[in-house]
Amino acid sequence: MSLLSSTTALLGKELRTEFRSRELLTTTVVFILMVIVLFSFTFDPTYNESRRFGPGLLWLAFLFAASLMLQPCFLREQNNDTLSALRLSVSDPFAIFLAKLVANTLFLLFTEVLMLPVFAVLYNVPVLRVLGQLLLVFFLGSLGVSIAGTALSAISAQARMRELLLPLLLLPLLTPVLVASTQVTVGLLDATPFLEWKGVGFLLVFDVIFLTALWLFGEYLLEE
Amino acid sequence: MTAPGFSPTGIRFENIEKRYGGLAALRRIRFEITPGECVALAGRNGSGKTTLLRIAAGLVRPSSGDLTFPLAAGAPAGAPLPALNTEAVRANASAGFVAHATMVYDELTAEENLLLFARLQQTPNAAERVEKLLHEVGLFDRRDSLVRTFSRGMRQRVAIARALLHKPSILLLDEPSTGLDPQGVAWLAATLRQLRDTGRTILMSLHGESEISMLATRAIRLDAGLIVADTRTGAEVRSILTFADA
Amino acid sequence: MKKQLLAAAIVFLLVGAAAYGAFFVAPTERTMGPIQRIFYLHVSSAWTGLCAFFICFVANILYVFRRQPQWDWLSISAAEVGLVFTTVVLVSGPIWAHPVWGIWWTWDARLTSTFILWLLYACFLLLRTLVEEPDRRALFSALFGIFAFLDVPLVFGSIRWWRTQHPQPVVMGGSGSGLDPTMWKVLFFSWFAMLALMALLMRARYVMEAARGELEMVRHEAEAV
Repeated sequence: MSLLSSTTALLGKELRTEFRSRELLTTTVVFILMVIVLFSFTFDPTYNESRRFGPGLLWLAFLFAASLMLQPCFLREQNNDTLSALRLSVSDPFAIFLAKLVANTLFLLFTEVLMLPVFAVLYNVPVLRVLGQLLLVFFLGSLGVSIAGTALSAISAQARMRELLLPLLLLPLLTPVLVASTQVTVGLLDATPFLEWKGVGFLLVFDVIFLTALWLFGEYLLEE
Repeated sequence: MTAPGFSPTGIRFENIEKRYGGLAALRRIRFEITPGECVALAGRNGSGKTTLLRIAAGLVRPSSGDLTFPLAAGAPAGAPLPALNTEAVRANASAGFVAHATMVYDELTAEENLLLFARLQQTPNAAERVEKLLHEVGLFDRRDSLVRTFSRGMRQRVAIARALLHKPSILLLDEPSTGLDPQGVAWLAATLRQLRDTGRTILMSLHGESEISMLATRAIRLDAGLIVADTRTGAEVRSILTFADA
Repeated sequence: MKKQLLAAAIVFLLVGAAAYGAFFVAPTERTMGPIQRIFYLHVSSAWTGLCAFFICFVANILYVFRRQPQWDWLSISAAEVGLVFTTVVLVSGPIWAHPVWGIWWTWDARLTSTFILWLLYACFLLLRTLVEEPDRRALFSALFGIFAFLDVPLVFGSIRWWRTQHPQPVVMGGSGSGLDPTMWKVLFFSWFAMLALMALLMRARYVMEAARGELEMVRHEAEAV
């Protein structure tokens, strides 16, 4: 019970600080927008081409954006040594991770939903008829990205070259998420859309495995 | 702050060692602080004061040795320190920690900061407790301002309020007067005096002599991670503390 | 010293025997011809690399729970040796593929997964160079190593299910289907030789890392005095 109450209190803090400055959300949205526009120059975004390359480009944009967005996650806590204050105050350090990864999932999902209509219009892909399924994939994929990313940002925050290090550690680790979510999205944007349940299940397995690992090893990531 | 509801607790360091790689930050630290004592730590930068305080707070895991928190009344009921700060430690020690950094969020208001930590610590009647503390540290009128807009002295007041949220029986302070103006130092000295006189155990690191060092009933001097002096005699306490920056 | 020389000599003989087996004992593959003999190096290196990464994973877990520097030393030795064997896989793959399929690189499931694996452990070693304080470096790299190894089956699974558009390679189609019994024997012998080589390299690397760790400690103590 104390895990739940600590997590909600911390989640409130994460959301409040972000919505006060909105720095993460605005920069991430602009970044994804830029990638989507720039990517259109690398191939001819006709209806057929878009459906082949679109999902991959979309997920790559999300992944790169996330690896930048997750950067300040633990760095912010170092400014005033607030991480120590959190460690002294919560009874279960997993609450710190849980709050952060839920907040990060929400931030990612928010930017993704914001970018979806832009993508649909620019690349001429119909998304409305599969909106529900798309959101499901976005959620499971973003959750996986956030779980691994939150854990690794605790590591990179304490290393040199941290701005470069986080993407380096995170992107290879997220290969399975990229492959599976791209595959499911390809199916959804097909001329005859279908939801590949195998991919959805795979994403779920990824999320569960890494959430368990974080639960088991998270407290060690916070040691000084 | 005089309300009881805490049990006077001491701190016992038993052969604490802390190595960072090969570098020994603390060596053979063995002493006991009896409940209600006010101990000042002196020593140069890098002599191990901060590490000692962070170990006592449960933030840093010692490389070897034991840390226990004996209760005042009779038998020592202190449990050995678990790997990290957990409920057991807080129940036994319930140390309030004021670090060198403020340990509060600049992007939140004073009140939001205190409410957040009160909720995390599951303080009963959080809102009431926070309001009372804001009055006590003299920030009630500024409670809705972001900490970012505060002066260093005001931030330190928030930091101290945060440390006192759960009515700790032990206070750990790392150079608490840093950045405070003379009025701030006077206020801090008065606050600490009151805490000391109500039976709180205080362990603090200090730089030089001030109104705050006058509160110390005992002084310990560290050098290169070793205790080189430890005294309870008034005159010697002064001389160890004035000597601190030599 | 003498023991080490003897061990090195034995490993040398084993590897030589494996090479002899691959060239002269194993029968020539019908469609691919002699180039297929690189298979014994390629596959046994891949298996050995995985073994090394598994040792690294076990050392990582033991470090997190025991905090003895020995486990850290073992983990870096295993990761480096594993990386060497994976590099052999990544180099021998194209050498084999080019004459057979006419292209250097196919995005074959196994080869691609091995590439990702190689990247993961290259990042593991990179992380170690970017954290200064030894205890923290050991702890963080151990934790990343655990995450990385948990990722391995997921990488293999995802790529195998979704990224294999090319026809399965002839020899390793399915689980080694249609492999001549002599080929199996030579393969297992090569693997054994490679494992011995791995143990030899890992031991040498471990001794070096232990010496480095102790030197670091002595140097710090000298500085402190």
